[in-house]
Amino acid sequence: MIEEMKLRRYHAPVWSERVISEMGRKGERGIAVSEAEDEVQAAVGDAESYVPEKMRRKELPQLPELAQPQVLRHFLRLTQETMGMEENIDLGEGTCTMKYSPKINEILAGVPQLTEIHPLQDEDTIQGILEIIYKFDLICREISGMDQFVFQPGGGAHATYTNACLLRAYHNAKGELAQRNEVITTIFSHPCDTASPITAGFKVISLMPDENGYPNLEALKALCSEHTAGLMITNPEDTGIYNPRVEEYVKAIHDVGGVCFYDQANLNGILGIARARDAGFDACHFNLHKTFSSPHGCFGPGCGAYGVQKELAKFLPVPIVTFDGQKYHLDYDRRDSLGKVREFFGNVEVVLKSYAWAMSMGPEGLLECAHVSVINNNYLTKLLLAIPGVTKPYAEGKIRLDQVRFSWEELKKATGVGTLDVARRMVDYGIQNYFPSHEPWIVPEPFTPEPCETYSKEDIDYWAAVLRQVSKEAHSDPEMVKMAPHNATIHKTDATALDDPKRWAMTWRAYLRKRGKSR
Amino acid sequence: MAKERPFIHPYIPNSAPGVKDEMLKFIGVDDVETLYQEIPDRLRFKQKLDIPKPFMAEMDLKKHVKAILSRNKTCEENLNFLGGGCWQHYVPAVCDEIVGRSEVLTAYAGEEYADFGKFQLLFEYQSQLGDLLNMDVVCLPVYSWGCAAGYAIRMASRITGRKEVLLPKTIGRERLATIRNLCQPVSMPGHIDITLIDYDIQTGLLDLEDLKSKISSKTAAVYIENPSYLGFIEDQGEEISKTAHANEALSIVGVDPISLGVLSTPVDYGADIVVGTGQPLGIHMNCGGGEFGFIATSDEERYVAEHPGLLVSITDTIEEGEYGFGWSTWSRTSYVVRGFDGRVRSESKDFTGTTSNLWAIGAAVYMALMGPHGFEEVGKTIILKSHYAVKLLSEIRGVRVILSPNSFKEFVVNFDETGKSVTDINKALLKHNIFGGRDISKEFPELGNSSLYCVTEMHSQDDIKKLAKVLQEVLVK
Repeated sequence: MIEEMKLRRYHAPVWSERVISEMGRKGERGIAVSEAEDEVQAAVGDAESYVPEKMRRKELPQLPELAQPQVLRHFLRLTQETMGMEENIDLGEGTCTMKYSPKINEILAGVPQLTEIHPLQDEDTIQGILEIIYKFDLICREISGMDQFVFQPGGGAHATYTNACLLRAYHNAKGELAQRNEVITTIFSHPCDTASPITAGFKVISLMPDENGYPNLEALKALCSEHTAGLMITNPEDTGIYNPRVEEYVKAIHDVGGVCFYDQANLNGILGIARARDAGFDACHFNLHKTFSSPHGCFGPGCGAYGVQKELAKFLPVPIVTFDGQKYHLDYDRRDSLGKVREFFGNVEVVLKSYAWAMSMGPEGLLECAHVSVINNNYLTKLLLAIPGVTKPYAEGKIRLDQVRFSWEELKKATGVGTLDVARRMVDYGIQNYFPSHEPWIVPEPFTPEPCETYSKEDIDYWAAVLRQVSKEAHSDPEMVKMAPHNATIHKTDATALDDPKRWAMTWRAYLRKRGKSR
Repeated sequence: MAKERPFIHPYIPNSAPGVKDEMLKFIGVDDVETLYQEIPDRLRFKQKLDIPKPFMAEMDLKKHVKAILSRNKTCEENLNFLGGGCWQHYVPAVCDEIVGRSEVLTAYAGEEYADFGKFQLLFEYQSQLGDLLNMDVVCLPVYSWGCAAGYAIRMASRITGRKEVLLPKTIGRERLATIRNLCQPVSMPGHIDITLIDYDIQTGLLDLEDLKSKISSKTAAVYIENPSYLGFIEDQGEEISKTAHANEALSIVGVDPISLGVLSTPVDYGADIVVGTGQPLGIHMNCGGGEFGFIATSDEERYVAEHPGLLVSITDTIEEGEYGFGWSTWSRTSYVVRGFDGRVRSESKDFTGTTSNLWAIGAAVYMALMGPHGFEEVGKTIILKSHYAVKLLSEIRGVRVILSPNSFKEFVVNFDETGKSVTDINKALLKHNIFGGRDISKEFPELGNSSLYCVTEMHSQDDIKKLAKVLQEVLVK
């Protein structure tokens, strides 16, 4: 069916923009700044007199000087050279749930009743946003079965970190923190389930998959001890494989006094289908910039909605939004709280967009979202497995949920073209490069698409057709694929400089210095 | 009675009649339920989710959400003097235009080809902030100033191999709580011990004698802020950095970047790591959602190796004269932690993830618009207006502006002699549509019944006069 599809001609915009620091002309101004009124100046005198001599900046910063139209033009061109989710069939970035972010929600989040609010305002003046936080908390509770959510974490990894901080507070309250220094995760869970408990001070052990791709249960049982602080895992894992024995893993941890956290950064395939609480988990989190449609913003602002069961609620970061039947309040007076993971109460604009999305879906919509994402994924799977070079390691005969980790290992063996080559070549067809896998690559030459519910059947057909075409090219002209992209904004880069202290440059000033140039 | 419409959702193309069946047939199953067969029946949620009925029509959704939001009272319609880590500054229209562009609003983890523009934008953020700070390496955002400070302290601890840090007692308590979590509790192996250094109660400046008595060969870093949380300018930066360096500790400085057109940049007084929040650089307050933290260092490998966040580097391409970009030392991040130095995931030093890069793009636009003279001018305007407020408030009977007379945009107002609490005063001000300063009487009991006021370029002379007039009325009542 997909062979009939005609692939579109595409070329990315090429503007050959200089770096902003090279642009402009001395004396140009991008924006005028309001001056203090004459009477103010007369009353207080010279601004410099309030800055001690040694604290005065002697030379102005070497920022660019450009007029406003030129600043705007430069940045517009750079945005054009970025392939947004909205302009392409962005279903290849698995684990990221690249779903449509409704435009209306952007308009709602752009009103001054949100943007021009200070987080320290009197409760009476922020009843609107507190109501949204509270009502969205109730929605998250129903979806997960948990009893209390907070939205302070600014991303998914920040939520897993918050969980690690909560593990500390919980075990500390029992006087067992010194003893309980181990967190267990799986290698197919997100790397932050390893890294964030390490930041919090735990030793972390990753379970490797058994021959069927499930985390090894016997290995887990052998690891459980009086040192176990908790479990932090996903299910389905990054492979899309759902672990049906998940309760046994949870029980093994509970039996030794540990706390079980369910990383539900990506919840899309099981919204309204299965709940964290019912599998015995004590805590979970949702990435609002994934499952709940808030836009990804080139890597945030995001939000990791973090929820726990009643017994753990007293350890949550402050403040908690409460409702007394009349008014909403910010409760800071919680002596067992783990404190704070950031200032104020989180990226509330992300909470607002997610609330609006949930209110546009309702119970039927959330279930439809799960159904369609699972159908889309299994439909795509069948299309992809018909492409020469694609395989689906692990869990033979088991149905995957919302994503699959495929492998190009056979293609690589046959043609020398690997998954990163294919990813670059996709760009030539106007498709965002797919996500291969987090490291380490347990699945060789991996790629992980996630065709969530906002992609049509035709979108999926087209995406698969592009991969089929690239596979064909890999067999007929592998060198061309390896040198891709050819229709992108730039050509293949010199990646060796990125890790070379003599050549890397994270700023224009460092670049000039290392190239022996001056401004 | 109206017939119930089939559930067809505008965000879900395949909710249209017939498509799902067609796809299921292709997959080779009869029913979507078959696709869920891996989930054991006992773990299935069988009820209908008990959440509100949807507003299927966009128009109805808009009305519903706007009605709730209308219960918020904004800093536009009211007169706001709150700061304390989130500040009301002017956001140029071009900043909003660029961060609202579909391409950057909705892009995510694409690599340097499809998302070339994203990489250049982020590089230009790093570059311009580097120029503002006079530093060679700036990482992409972390979640907040407090997170940036906490990470920087952890970096210092790893670089020096030491486990103690000295912070000024004038630090805000929310920021301190954030740092405390990153420094781990006492019983954890990576615990970094936090000691607060006293300050001069008259000026707020760090007590150098106390610093010298507490610093030792165990000190990883000394952290100070400029302007401080309480608004005053700490002018002993050079002595503090020297003291840190004499003890082979690092000097970390937290800074409000909008001050840097008029205030010295921390490297000029010896800072090794500089942190802060980028929210003042063209990002709306968003009720605290506009926060993001930055970390800047020198280009030395031992610093780069310890950065927790993502770093974009410029590079070449196979085409002569063409710029390319990419992730520098990617294997250093918690996404990998494997490869270039042989470590594996379980040996990660810190975590990274989705943070607030869209705001870094907004800040890049802001810095390009402002240029060197914009920063100088906005800094001067802020100083003049805030000191005008200091002058008017000081003239009110019983009201004293305390701490160093050298402040930037915030200052501490003491109401001890008025016989009224900050809570009562703020309630009274609110009746006049004024958001009074942040009540710090619990945060800093030693400063009495005090409030932290913030005045920026956004306040007009009339606004400040109104505050003084209303405050005077409120206090005599």
